[in-house]
Amino acid sequence: MSGSLLRNIRIIVSIIFIVPTTFLFADIFGLIPPFISEKILFLQFVPSTLKFIAAISFGATGFVIVLLLTLMFGRIYCSSICPLGFLQDVVNWFSKKFKRKKKSGFEFLKEQKILRIVLLIIPILFFVFGSVTLINFLDPYSMYGRFAGNFFRPVLVGTNNLAAIIFNSFKLYSVYPYDLKAFNIYPFIITVTSFVVVVFLSWEMGRLYCNTICPVGTLLGYISKFSFFKIIIKQEDCLSCGICSKECKASCIDSENKTVDMSRCVACFDCITSCPTDGIVYSYSIKKQPSIQTSNQSVIDNSKRNFIVKSSLYIFSLSTIAAQVKKKIVVTKPSMIPIFRKSAVSPPGSISVERFNSKCTACHLCISACPTQVLQPSFLEYGFTGMMQPRMDNIASFCNFECKICGDVCPTGAILPIDLEKKKLTQIGKAKFVRDNCIVQTQKTDCGACSEHCPTKAVHMIPFEKNLFIPETRDDYCIGCGACEFACPTKPHKAIYVEGNRVHQTAKKNVEEKKQEKINYKEEFPF
Amino acid sequence: MNRRDFFRKSLQAGLLTGAAVTFPGVYGNYFAKSSRILPSAYDLVAIKGGEPEAMFDEAIKMFGGMKAFVKKNQKVCLKPNIGWDVTPERGGNTNPKLVKRVIEHCLEAGAKDVYVFDHTCDDWKRCYSNSGIEKAVKDAGGKIVPADTENYYQDVKINSGKVLTQAKIHEVLLDSDVFINIPILKSHSSTRTTISMKNLMGIVWDRGYWHRNDLHQCIADCSTYRKPDLNIVDAYFVMKRNGPRGVSVNDVTTMKSQLISTNMVVADAAAAKLFGVEPDEIPYIKIADAMGVGKKDLSSLNIKRIIM
Repeated sequence: MSGSLLRNIRIIVSIIFIVPTTFLFADIFGLIPPFISEKILFLQFVPSTLKFIAAISFGATGFVIVLLLTLMFGRIYCSSICPLGFLQDVVNWFSKKFKRKKKSGFEFLKEQKILRIVLLIIPILFFVFGSVTLINFLDPYSMYGRFAGNFFRPVLVGTNNLAAIIFNSFKLYSVYPYDLKAFNIYPFIITVTSFVVVVFLSWEMGRLYCNTICPVGTLLGYISKFSFFKIIIKQEDCLSCGICSKECKASCIDSENKTVDMSRCVACFDCITSCPTDGIVYSYSIKKQPSIQTSNQSVIDNSKRNFIVKSSLYIFSLSTIAAQVKKKIVVTKPSMIPIFRKSAVSPPGSISVERFNSKCTACHLCISACPTQVLQPSFLEYGFTGMMQPRMDNIASFCNFECKICGDVCPTGAILPIDLEKKKLTQIGKAKFVRDNCIVQTQKTDCGACSEHCPTKAVHMIPFEKNLFIPETRDDYCIGCGACEFACPTKPHKAIYVEGNRVHQTAKKNVEEKKQEKINYKEEFPF
Repeated sequence: MNRRDFFRKSLQAGLLTGAAVTFPGVYGNYFAKSSRILPSAYDLVAIKGGEPEAMFDEAIKMFGGMKAFVKKNQKVCLKPNIGWDVTPERGGNTNPKLVKRVIEHCLEAGAKDVYVFDHTCDDWKRCYSNSGIEKAVKDAGGKIVPADTENYYQDVKINSGKVLTQAKIHEVLLDSDVFINIPILKSHSSTRTTISMKNLMGIVWDRGYWHRNDLHQCIADCSTYRKPDLNIVDAYFVMKRNGPRGVSVNDVTTMKSQLISTNMVVADAAAAKLFGVEPDEIPYIKIADAMGVGKKDLSSLNIKRIIM
């Protein structure tokens, strides 16, 4: 097969993956149902692996297919399936157009083997000991999810809202504006920072992120050393002109020694199209190729290590400062008592906060899918280990009683799919009533907004002074959906809030018998 | 300015420009149109024992048909209760069959457009669709309008209001010639019952203000602003407890009734009695009566009672 054909196939396949994946995160219309999004994301390596572990689900065997594909064809995952890989290729394409005049192309770089292995092993160790924090920040799929959710989604919202303005001015209401109900500054800054890093690296160094930092890239890279098909330099046809090496965005072709480091090759096939003599080919290899020589293994780049150590220290110290601003919920008579939530509320299906924190890679797909926008990225509400993971934000919105889409879309199994009847009894937290903030108490007028919104009547109204009614909470029936908290009109502090359950519980079903009321339709009216 | 503000501001700017082009500052004129002399001698028509559509067909005849309210080429605004993401038999929202029938009558009478909206409590798309009202409106040839963003709402002054002296009201209502209120009768955790006047809570943007500042007074204040030309109280499925959302169908009694009045206080007083509560027990009815919105004492009124 010719190189350009391979390259074209690679590009077409990657477009087939990137378009629906991106739309999934930007989708404000709720167009893609969960059973389709599941198929779109089936091959994403980290979520599929985690779901397999979390749910022992054989429906989540996408990662096995990726492993087999890698063993067969090399890291085609990185060039065709990985959304972050596509993003970097796009950045790279622009940089090439932009920089063509100044200097041309890439050059062969030595492999940072120790760094790569460290960045593969440490996230795995963290995961084994119950933290996905590092995977969160390094997994290319989850990173891309956050980029798409934070950047492309608002673009779609803006375009939609502009269209809505134009339509509305003609009194046409079929296009309606979409309201973003919350903006979380710290998670946004974190996302922008990682975006800048990825874009900078790919602008300057091609696929350096994939070849040195990305744990998925490292894992698949070492597997692709044993792959059946490889990029091979034909000793007899190669002129050592170095054109392929300059084309190689993975910087893995050493044209002087005529070797290709397959652990870093992302199977983009750009080199094959560039070669003037067909000296570099994609072909099967039974024999061990000289390209697998690992001569640089003892070289350690201390500056990079230092960078990693220092930057992680910096993040830790930043987090302690930020911890002081967390969890405070910032009305006639103002309500006086501030609310401090002991535990953030994790979505229904996540079983416990601890389990959720150890499984969620913060790709934010559930945030995009949530119709009420109650799911919002956290900063330190869960503590450092749960940074960026979604939480129930009852100031922004509340969990719809009849909805369970977050569990249906979650690709990692951090939020397990549960059936609706079970969801309606899953207690993710308990409503806590702060009487001294309540309008009925402070102003002696009727309110009851909390009880109105309560789907289980866990918050009900009981007689109070002067024919008034005041809320009372019943833990048995409460599921922690947060409708009461959202609806509570007191300012600045709410008079009712949801305290998260560390471990989710099962609420009692509110079964009141039907009133035996005989209606005689022939009877006269009572007036 | 954060991202949300930016969107809101730019939307508002756009809407205002659009608003200025289409109807340059003539909101005040619409009040004039709503006061009309009606040919009907009845203050209230009460009907029971039939299906929602059949009852409406029968009851509206007593007022001389929909033609008495809707003239050719007029814009009609219909305000049902679509507050909750529940199915029709739960009695949380106005019966979609009734909504459909009313729209058909309006269009038959020559209405140019019939707009339907509600500022919902649950997620608006789910409410519109699961209540069955979105489909009913489209099937009947009406237009369902979203009401979940502040940009649809325009500032108005409520001159007779005591506490609620200004509010943001949905532009579709401000822009319509005829206003028809179709509430459902049901129990309510804080106001005892919700009927016509309480249903107007769904035409404003900031409901929290009402809750913070004497809910009953605000309900009465709002009812002085733009009195509906017609109030059709759906009492087919009546939620007798756990309102306004309800917990299950066990909360609902099938009463197969309907009340129609041109006056909200009259409709609410009669509906309260039907529900089994004295109007005097419901503070907002008392306040509205005292403010002269309408009479809660039904004894002196001309009532047509129909049993099918």
